[in-house]
Amino acid sequence: MATDYAPATPSTPTAPSGLVSGALRMVDYWLTVAARTWKGAVVTTFVTPFLYVLALGVLLGGFIEADPATLDGATTYLAFVAPGMVAAHSMNIAFAEMTYPVMGMLKWQRIYYSMIASPLAPSHIVLAQVAWVVLRTLLACGVFLLVLAAFGVFDTFWGVLAAWVLQGLVVLAFTTPVLLFSLSIRGEESFALIFRLGMIPLTLFSGTFFPIGNLGSVLEKIAMASPLWHGVDLTRMLTLGRLDWGVAALHVVYLVVLAAVCWWLAIRKLAERLVS
Amino acid sequence: MISARGLRKTFGDFEAVRGIDVSVRPGVAFGFLGPNGAGKSSTMRMICCVSPPTGGELRVFGMDPAQDGPKIKARLGVCPQEDTLDVELNVYDNLYVYGRYFGLPRAEVKGRIEELLDFVQLTDKAKAKVDDLSGGMKRRLTIARSLINRPEILVLDEPTTGLDPQARHVIWDRLFRLKQAGVTLLLTTHYMDEAEQLCDELVVMDQGRIVAHGTPLGLIRDHSTREVAELRFGVGEHESLAAKVEDLAERIEVLPDRLLLYSDDGESVIEAVHGRGLTPAATLVRRSSLEDVFLHLTGRTLVD
Repeated sequence: MATDYAPATPSTPTAPSGLVSGALRMVDYWLTVAARTWKGAVVTTFVTPFLYVLALGVLLGGFIEADPATLDGATTYLAFVAPGMVAAHSMNIAFAEMTYPVMGMLKWQRIYYSMIASPLAPSHIVLAQVAWVVLRTLLACGVFLLVLAAFGVFDTFWGVLAAWVLQGLVVLAFTTPVLLFSLSIRGEESFALIFRLGMIPLTLFSGTFFPIGNLGSVLEKIAMASPLWHGVDLTRMLTLGRLDWGVAALHVVYLVVLAAVCWWLAIRKLAERLVS
Repeated sequence: MISARGLRKTFGDFEAVRGIDVSVRPGVAFGFLGPNGAGKSSTMRMICCVSPPTGGELRVFGMDPAQDGPKIKARLGVCPQEDTLDVELNVYDNLYVYGRYFGLPRAEVKGRIEELLDFVQLTDKAKAKVDDLSGGMKRRLTIARSLINRPEILVLDEPTTGLDPQARHVIWDRLFRLKQAGVTLLLTTHYMDEAEQLCDELVVMDQGRIVAHGTPLGLIRDHSTREVAELRFGVGEHESLAAKVEDLAERIEVLPDRLLLYSDDGESVIEAVHGRGLTPAATLVRRSSLEDVFLHLTGRTLVD
């Protein structure tokens, strides 16, 4: 039997007091999403990278005998390609989480509109969603690095730990630009563009599978502009324990600036789409 | 609760709301009646703090949406025209995550969900995916979600559009209970029966302006006669026959499929029509409705 609506109010709904407190209100939403999607995520997050390492790093890499000097100091091809794959994996997660899911929340299910009807603002929504992707990436890359460690790839514990933490920044440098892109387009047809002209060339030509020096001097300069190269090179420096502080600082600044500028623009774009 | 003075909203060259004055008192069910494109939804979006007004003054709970949007939204319930439910989550989780957006403690949200599922008669669907619900159930879930913060004002944009008659009556019953519990209801509709059933007070909107304001009965009394005689002749005959019968009523409206003769005594009008040797294919005498008010004020019907 239906009861009548009782307006007595034990605790009062409130406006969030700050950016973080607002984003924390969305923790339960993202946990619920995680509980719903974890089975599919296990395959893409853990099994797929393992297959790549096996096929490209171990089986194909077994044919490659190169002077460590041509492999940024890596003693085996597997040790060279492993950090590249970790960074590329971080990038892939950002693309997966920030393309179709964002379009769904904006256009198909319009969940963003329900969020904005509550006391939450676009800045809270973006922070919560970005934080979710970063945490998901740290979990995935953590497992990935453990698997690689089992292949005997690494000699340095602290370097690998730093490389793991670094993936939070690598994924950020893709999460906010891809989010900005997804919020700026009208329809999902445009995703073909960003996958074919963005993600795939970045994966292939950013030093993931071979040193960008092999590209020749002109293409090498272009590759250096790619955010993935900065992520790959820095991750590799850390796992190989051959850190050049100056270059490393440059990589970090590039990734931080890219992430921060696109973060700010993404909040503005989301507000523009939801509030009119 | 809500007051608007000279409220305007323009999108580029298009003027959606052209200066309206509205005042909504606590506990009232206040309706915005008008056809699609009248500016009802634009007005609602401004009140819900998701559309900055272009001009005029707007206050909700005495606060300015431009300054205190989040504070206002904490006390509003919003039931949008298009469902914005997460179709991949179940019914319970949709309510749960939403309650958390309002900063309510987990235990309290859970208690409220039990109560609200009961209220909208979805208790046995708690674990069902939203995708598997009927249109009426989705709407009831949306209403439940909009009540999770126990709002002082519940805003409903076209609450029963697209639902079958039975589902509509269930919604009306629930909204009526909310009204009795003292919740201020603000609703838009292009259904005159919905406005008559639910609203204590309403404004009729057309092309961004308010063309009339009052109670449903008061509007009918002021802008129409007690009864309406409807005459249906052959296709295409209505225009030419209008001249022969217009002196029998206080006012006449010519629609493509019938003539409407406004009079306090509809039966006598029909008799008089027959007395002139005219034999309509069908006749009907009914009480005036808000549809007639709208037709009189704008010369157009509400639902095309």
